[in-house]
Amino acid sequence: MLRFDSSGKPFIIIRDQDQKERLTGSEARKANILAAMTVANLMKTSIGPLGMDKILVDQDGEVTATNDGATILKNMQVENPIAKLLVELSQGQDDEIGDGTTSVVVLAGALLEESLSLLEKGIHPSKISEGYEKACDIAVKHLLKICDKIEFDKENCGSLVKAAKTSLGSKIVNQYTEKIAKISVEAVLAVADLERKDVRFDLIKLEGKTGGTLGDTELIDGIIIPKNFSHPQMPKQIKNAKIAILTCPFEPPKPKTGHKLDIDSVKKYKELLEIEQNYFKEMTDLVKKSGATLVLCQWGFDDEANHLLLQKKLPAVRWVSGTDIELIAIATGARIVPRFSELTEKKLGKAGMVIEKSIGTTDEKMIVIEKCSNTKTVTILVKGGNKMVVEEGKRSIHDALCVTRNLIKDNRIVYGGGAAEISCSVAVNKASKENTGVEQYSIRAFSQALLSVPIALASNSGLNSLEAVSEIQLKQMEKESSFLGIDCLSKGTNNMKEQYVFDTLRGKIQEFLLATQMAKMILKIDDIIRPTGQY
Amino acid sequence: MSTEAFQPARILNQGSTQEKAEGARLSNFIGAIALSDLISTTLGPKGMDKILQSPSNLLDSTITNDGATILGSIQISNAAAKILIEISKVQDDEIGDGTTSVVVLAGELLKEAEKLIHKRIHPQTIIKGFRLAKDIALKKLRSVSQDYSENQEELKKYLKKIAMTIFSTKILTPYKSLFADLAVDSILRLKGSTNLESIQILKKTGGLLKESYIEEGFVLDKKIGVGQPKRIENAKILVANTSMDYDKIKIFGSRVVVNSSSKLAEIEEEEKKKMLRKCQKIVDHGINVFINRQLIYNLPEQFFTDNGVMSIEHADFAGIERLSLVTGGEIVSTFDHPELVTLGTAKLIEEIMIGEDKLIRFSGCKEPSACTIILRGSSKQILDEAERSLHDGLAVLSQMVKNPKIVLGAGCTEIIMAQAIEEAAKETSGKIQIAMESFARALTRIPTIIANNAGYDAEQLVSELKTKHYKGNNTFGIDVMGGKVCDVQKIGVFESLLVKEGMLLKASEATEMILRVDTIMNSAPRRRGMN
Repeated sequence: MLRFDSSGKPFIIIRDQDQKERLTGSEARKANILAAMTVANLMKTSIGPLGMDKILVDQDGEVTATNDGATILKNMQVENPIAKLLVELSQGQDDEIGDGTTSVVVLAGALLEESLSLLEKGIHPSKISEGYEKACDIAVKHLLKICDKIEFDKENCGSLVKAAKTSLGSKIVNQYTEKIAKISVEAVLAVADLERKDVRFDLIKLEGKTGGTLGDTELIDGIIIPKNFSHPQMPKQIKNAKIAILTCPFEPPKPKTGHKLDIDSVKKYKELLEIEQNYFKEMTDLVKKSGATLVLCQWGFDDEANHLLLQKKLPAVRWVSGTDIELIAIATGARIVPRFSELTEKKLGKAGMVIEKSIGTTDEKMIVIEKCSNTKTVTILVKGGNKMVVEEGKRSIHDALCVTRNLIKDNRIVYGGGAAEISCSVAVNKASKENTGVEQYSIRAFSQALLSVPIALASNSGLNSLEAVSEIQLKQMEKESSFLGIDCLSKGTNNMKEQYVFDTLRGKIQEFLLATQMAKMILKIDDIIRPTGQY
Repeated sequence: MSTEAFQPARILNQGSTQEKAEGARLSNFIGAIALSDLISTTLGPKGMDKILQSPSNLLDSTITNDGATILGSIQISNAAAKILIEISKVQDDEIGDGTTSVVVLAGELLKEAEKLIHKRIHPQTIIKGFRLAKDIALKKLRSVSQDYSENQEELKKYLKKIAMTIFSTKILTPYKSLFADLAVDSILRLKGSTNLESIQILKKTGGLLKESYIEEGFVLDKKIGVGQPKRIENAKILVANTSMDYDKIKIFGSRVVVNSSSKLAEIEEEEKKKMLRKCQKIVDHGINVFINRQLIYNLPEQFFTDNGVMSIEHADFAGIERLSLVTGGEIVSTFDHPELVTLGTAKLIEEIMIGEDKLIRFSGCKEPSACTIILRGSSKQILDEAERSLHDGLAVLSQMVKNPKIVLGAGCTEIIMAQAIEEAAKETSGKIQIAMESFARALTRIPTIIANNAGYDAEQLVSELKTKHYKGNNTFGIDVMGGKVCDVQKIGVFESLLVKEGMLLKASEATEMILRVDTIMNSAPRRRGMN
C-alpha cells in the first residue's frame, strides 16, 4: 500500500501485494468463519457419551489417543490464526473449569455459522455482535433460573459421584465410571475445605503406570514418588519417619562466584583432602543430629556421602523432583532446607509409613509416603494396558476432579444431555420477539446456535438428530420442565433428573460467555494480512 | 486472492495430514491387522521364527519368536499398529509371556469389528458388546482356574508344567524339561521376590543348549587380578563402590599449580601415598577379597597382591548389587570405620573355566537367594534367543509364586470362554448380540491359528474341539504334537491365569481404544535442522 507524504515522495505502509496476501471485508469474515467452522466440525464427533476419539500423531511419531477437546486442539498443530483463537478458547475453558472444552468450541462454531446467513442478509457485524451479547445475557439469566442445587457433605457424596460420572461418561474410562468417579470424588473431598469451599488441587497427585487395566486405578492416601532409595541396602520400610527435605547436594559446595583454588604444595594437598572428607562427615552428622530418619534430596549424592548415610542408618532418596519436594513438604509439614547447617528438628516432616514397592517383572520401583502428619495429600495411581490409555485416563480423571471441585465451590447445577441448551434456546427464542429491529434476527440466530450441542449429541448417539431435538423442545415447552434432554444411552427416559446427568452451572455459564465472546471477536475482524511465500 | 474465501479452509500446518471417519478407521484396521498377521505365524509350539536385521548394521541380526522382541524392533508409522506394539511391551513388562497372543487377539478382534462396521453397526455398539463379552469371558476364566496357594507341593509340580508349556513354543523345546527344572529351581530360590535381577543368566558360546546348568553358587564374569590367589577359602569380602584409579578432588574450583618439576613429583608422590593409605584402610578391614564396581589401577592392585588380598575390578552395577545380596556384605564407599562395616562371606571363591572363559565362582554364600544360570549354545543368536525364552519363563513363574492360579492350555480355555460368551449372547437381544458373537469367534481364532501354524487342518480340529466342549468335556484341547483333540490334563499343558487374563484385558482395551477413533491427525514430521 502506498501513500505520499507532503513533499510528494511515496512511502510504503504495507509491503507490496505480491508479498502479502490480503483479504478484506466480507471475504475476510467468510474465510474466518469457514476456518472456525472447520475446527468446530472436527470436534463435534467427540461430544457425548458415545462420542468418538481422535488419534494425534506428533512430530516425532508419538501417538496420543484422546477425547478431550483441549488436548486435541492443543496437539493439532494449527496454523490458521482463527483456528488458533479457538484453540485458546478451549484452553481458557480448560483452565477455568476443566470440563466442557469440546462444547465451547462447538458452540462458538455454531454461533459463527449462524452469523454467516445474517451477514448475507446484509446485517452489520457489530449489530450481530450486539444481538449475541443480549441473547447471551438472556441465556445466562435463564440458566440461573433453571439451575438446581445438589446437597452433599463429607459422608454423603453420592450426588458428587454422579456429577463426576457424567464427566467421565464420554471418555474411554467409562467402563469403570462408577469406580473412577468415586476415586475422584474421594480424592477431592480428602483435600477439600468444605467450610471455605476451597480445594487445593496441588495436593492431588496423578501418577500413571502401565500394567493392569484402567479398572485397577487406585487412590492412595499419601504420595508416590517414582524413585528408589539411593543405596540398595537401605531399609525398604520406615515407620514413623522423620523426613528431612534438602535442596542442596551431598557434595562439597559450589559457590556461584567463579573462583580458583590453587594447590602448590604437598601440605596444601593434604589439607584439602582432609577438608573434603570432613565435608561429607559434617553433612551426614548434621542430618543425623537433627533426628531425621529419612532424607529426601533434590540433588545427587556423592558415592562417599551415600555410603556414610548408609553407615549412619539414614535411608535417603536422591533426585526427587521439585514439585514432589513441595508436595511432600506440604503433606508432612516439613520445611525445605537449602543448607545443611540450617537443619533442625523443627524443620523435619513426619509420615507414618514410607515403603519402597516394586512393580511387575521389570526393575521399576516407587516410594510411597503414607499417613502424612500435616495436610491430607492423596495420589491417584492410574493403571492401564498401554501408555496411551494411561495418559487418556489421567486426562479424564483430571476433568472429573475439576467437576467435583467446581461443585464444591458452587453446588448449583443444570441438567445435561443438552437439556440446559434446549431450555435456553427456547427462552432466548421467546425473548427475541420482545426485541424489535435487526437484533431480533441475531437473537434468534443465537437460539438456533444453542441447539448445535444437543444436535451433535443426538447424532453421535445414533439418533435422528433434528427429530430428537425438536421433539424435546416440544416436550419442554409443553411440560415447562427444563430437565428433559437427549437420551444418549437409550435408557428409555428423557428425564435427566432421573438419569442423574448434570453439569455444573459455573461451567455452563462460562461456556456460553466464552463462546459468545469469541464469536464477537471473530466477527469484528475485517482484514487479514498475511505474508506469502513464507511456507 | 478472492478465491480463498471459497476454498475449504486449511487450518493445519503444512505437511500435517488428517484422516477422517471411514478413512481413519480403514487405516487403523489395516495397520493393526497387518501387524497381527505378521506375528501370528510365530504363535504356538510349531510357530516359526523371524530374523530381525538392524538397519544400521546388516551383520547384526536377531532370530527370535518372542512377540515383544519382534514388535519392539520393527519400525512402524501407523498409529493403531503402535498401540498394539505398546500393549505387547506392557504385557512383557508386567507378566513376561503372552506377548504374541495379546497382539494376535487384538488383531482378530479388530478383524471381526471391521466386518461388523461393514454391516453398518456403530463402533460404540461394537464396543458395548465387546465389553460385555470380555466381562463374561473374564468371569468364566477366573472360575475355571485352579488356585494352588494352599498346596505348595502340588504347586511345584505345576510350576514345572507351566514352564514346560512356555518353553515348548520357543527354541528350548527339545530340552524343555531341563530348562523347566532350571527355571523352577531358580525361582524358588527367590523366595517370593519378583526381582529377576537376582537371577543372573550367563551366556557362553560353545557346547550345546542341553549342557546349560544352574550354578549352585554365584558366578561373576570377571577376572582376578594378576598374581593374586585363584582360590580362597572362608573368604571375607568387601564389596565397594569407590574410585581406585586416582582420587579426584571433589572441592569445586581447585586445581594444582606448580612452578617446578620437583614440586610436581612431590605432589605425585603424595597422590600415590594417598591411594596407598586408602588401600591400607581397606586391607585393615581384615578382608581377603576386595571387589570394586569401578576400575582398580595397577598401583592398588599391586598393593592388594602384596597383602594377599584377591581384588576384582569393574564388577558392573547389577553385578555389585547381586554380590552384596549373595554374600550379605554392604556396598562400601568410605573406609574409616571398619567396625561399622558388614563384610560379605563365602566358603569358597575360585576361578573356574567354562568353555574357554575364566570366571569366578562364589560358593557357600550366606544368602543363596541369587543364583546364576549358565547357558551354553553353539551361536550367539541361539544363546540370545534362549535367554529371552528363559526370561519369559522366569518372569511368568515369579508372578505365579505370588498368584498361583492355573488354567488349562492348548486352546482349551479359549474355547471355554468363547462358549460362555455364546451362551450369554443368546440371552442378549439387539445388535450387541452380534458383537458378542464376534468376540467369541475372535477367541476361537487363537487355537485355530496355533493348529494352522502346526500344519494341521485347523478348522476341522477346532470344530471337533468345540463339539467335545459342547458335550461337556471341558478339559479338552488340541494336542499340537499329535495333531488331534485330546484331554489337556493328560498331556499336561498348563498355563498361568495371569497370562491369559493379561491377554484378554489388554487386547480388549486396545481394541476399544482403536475402535473409538474416528479421526487421525498426523503432524508434519519435524524438519531437519530445526532441533
